[in-house]
Amino acid sequence: MIITALPILIPFVLIVIMIISRSLVFSKITGIIGSLGLLILSVIIFYKIDKQGFLVLNMAGWKSPYGITLVVDFLSGLMLTISSIIVLAISIYAYKSLSLEKGVTKFYVFFFSLIMGVNGAFITGDVFNLYVWFEVMLISSFVLITFGKSKEQLEGGIKYLALNLLGSLFFLAGLGLLYGKTGTLNMAHLADILRNDNQVILMNTSAILFFIAFGIKAAVFPLFFWLPASYHTANITISSLFAGLLTKVGVYAFIRFFTLFFVHDQAFWHQFLLIIAGFTMVIGGMSASIHYDTRKILSFHIISQIGYMIMGLGIYTPLAIAGAIFFTIHNMIAKTNTFIVAGLIYKLKGSFYLKDVGGIIKQNPMLAILFIIPAFALAGVPPISGFFAKFILIKAGIDDGHFVIVILAVLTALLTLYSMIKIWNEAFLKKQPDNEFSGQNTVLSFVDMLPSIILGIMSILMGIFAFKVFDFTMQAADQLIEGTGYINNILNK
Amino acid sequence: MNSIILQIAARHIKALLVLFAIIALLRGHNYPGGGFIGGLLAALSVIYYGFAFNAKQVRDKLKISPTTYIALGLSLVVLSFVPSILNQLELMQGVWLKVQIPILGELKLGTPLLFDIGVFLTVIGVTFLFFFSLTKVE
Amino acid sequence: MEILLAILVGILYTAGVYMILRRSIVKFIIGIIFLSNATNLLVFLASGIVSGKPVFVGEELADASQMADPLPQALVLTAIVIGFGIVVFTLALKFKFFELTGTDDLDQLKKTDT
Repeated sequence: MIITALPILIPFVLIVIMIISRSLVFSKITGIIGSLGLLILSVIIFYKIDKQGFLVLNMAGWKSPYGITLVVDFLSGLMLTISSIIVLAISIYAYKSLSLEKGVTKFYVFFFSLIMGVNGAFITGDVFNLYVWFEVMLISSFVLITFGKSKEQLEGGIKYLALNLLGSLFFLAGLGLLYGKTGTLNMAHLADILRNDNQVILMNTSAILFFIAFGIKAAVFPLFFWLPASYHTANITISSLFAGLLTKVGVYAFIRFFTLFFVHDQAFWHQFLLIIAGFTMVIGGMSASIHYDTRKILSFHIISQIGYMIMGLGIYTPLAIAGAIFFTIHNMIAKTNTFIVAGLIYKLKGSFYLKDVGGIIKQNPMLAILFIIPAFALAGVPPISGFFAKFILIKAGIDDGHFVIVILAVLTALLTLYSMIKIWNEAFLKKQPDNEFSGQNTVLSFVDMLPSIILGIMSILMGIFAFKVFDFTMQAADQLIEGTGYINNILNK
Repeated sequence: MNSIILQIAARHIKALLVLFAIIALLRGHNYPGGGFIGGLLAALSVIYYGFAFNAKQVRDKLKISPTTYIALGLSLVVLSFVPSILNQLELMQGVWLKVQIPILGELKLGTPLLFDIGVFLTVIGVTFLFFFSLTKVE
Repeated sequence: MEILLAILVGILYTAGVYMILRRSIVKFIIGIIFLSNATNLLVFLASGIVSGKPVFVGEELADASQMADPLPQALVLTAIVIGFGIVVFTLALKFKFFELTGTDDLDQLKKTDT
């Protein structure tokens, strides 16, 4: 069905429009309308998934496993919907935050090619196609991260590029070995072969290469160094987009690969993933606590939260996978929101450095509320989304007897809370220190705060309707772990 | 660079390369060749010219800007999806039109060709962009 | 043939890793080129290499035993294209960076780390 391919086609058409467009206002408005269209589309897709389970499209009529297949299952549908919400929020945010610099229309070209890459990665059912979408995403993100062409941005860009490039090479190498061993790259066919046939040898070489590739994309423990070195240099609009989407695509690939077909050496892999998860959480949380630059704190928090998602994957019960998915979608929204709020603080005060700013609670109480929602969501305070996500993960951990990781998860939650309280105390409660930033009197308009309001409401709704969301994530996890539905639907058995 | 041999060669090779590029483009559906390779060859003809003279001259002589090439190419790619959607086929499935031409025989025109021409133009545009950004002609 | 290619892949990986560990950005880019070529060869090699058989045999000769597997060739071709684009972008980035800072030394790039 054609609707399956629309999440890729709509951004593609928008890219063409944005290349032709010469007017900034036109680009901005088309951007917002286009993202709204994407959101409506992904909600329709999700509704269809809820009805029939899978949407499959064989490109150009080549039957699976020979052609490229696009598949939307519950996991893809959830990720698509949430990423569309983020895209909408960011395009509204960009309406105000991108000033009339030269070449801003170019921003939208790469913005939508990034979205095309992300959506493509979510819905593809073919490993090589996933690699291509990763590259589409990566090249657009290279351009976006060096967008302002300042010294710092170029430096961050070089680091970002260097490590992500290596990640892609690992991906390609793993994919080549996988093809050599199984003779297929279709995910359903791979699952069919690897689940039913223990004769396939040397799977761990491929699996570890994929682990390194996705580990670099998702910024897990020993491979995360590109993230804190580059995210804070970019324009805050772009940082917010990256924070919400990019690393989560890596996590998505992790969940997809390590539940659907890399199920061969469970004892080793789950132990390994849990160790990685523990280190990622704790080191991310601890590094965040020593920084005073808002963007740095939030960047390290991205890493720390990735740990929870990997933890769910490592425990590997249906409940834990559901928890990991719940955590991922909650985190995408809350993380983007915190970055947007950091951008608003910058707009209000003129600095990202916490020692420079203060007294926002008196100056703009609305902003304080907008900060509290995602901060509580990240720290896991009920009844906002993060509490339920962490609760599910911790429950799954206790049920399965992984006490060490559970203790680490709880401790990291405290570290997160500490960092959030630090931002709260320094930026909001403390009196404005007497410096060059004290004279700033920018007034934030409603449009400025609208994206943050949308995302905040989403976080709260996900908390209030946690059972409904949990239901969806549970279905996604069941589909992944059971696997036969996926295989049969795509290979038409 | 100021080599007289290169400069004279560039003038004559240009037309030859473009011709070769179009051949590569047209036979690309069933045989080696295709939009990407054709596009590279076509762009190469201009870039070769740029090496022989200098990039700025090429930039001034170019009538259509690189971004226009890209926009045109991508629009053709989008256009090539439309027949398959209208005919209720799977996305990107080829739709063929057979045209009888006197003397030459039957000619098969299809959406894959349209797609390839789109790729051809996009590659030309992108290669020009690369070339101009690396030789510092804005 | 396979053993020779395997050794070549190994040499390319070694050279690539050595180059990306050097201090200069230009050498880093050369290292990336080595590594991506090594990876392309690895994909080609791992998915079974046969000599003297074409991928396209025309409609009348469609016999699988006379054909090479077309998929790895398509994969490698795509990967080469992507690698080409990325190398050009890296070069442009390096250009811009050199213009702004006048340095080619990776050890100077410490400002965004802390």
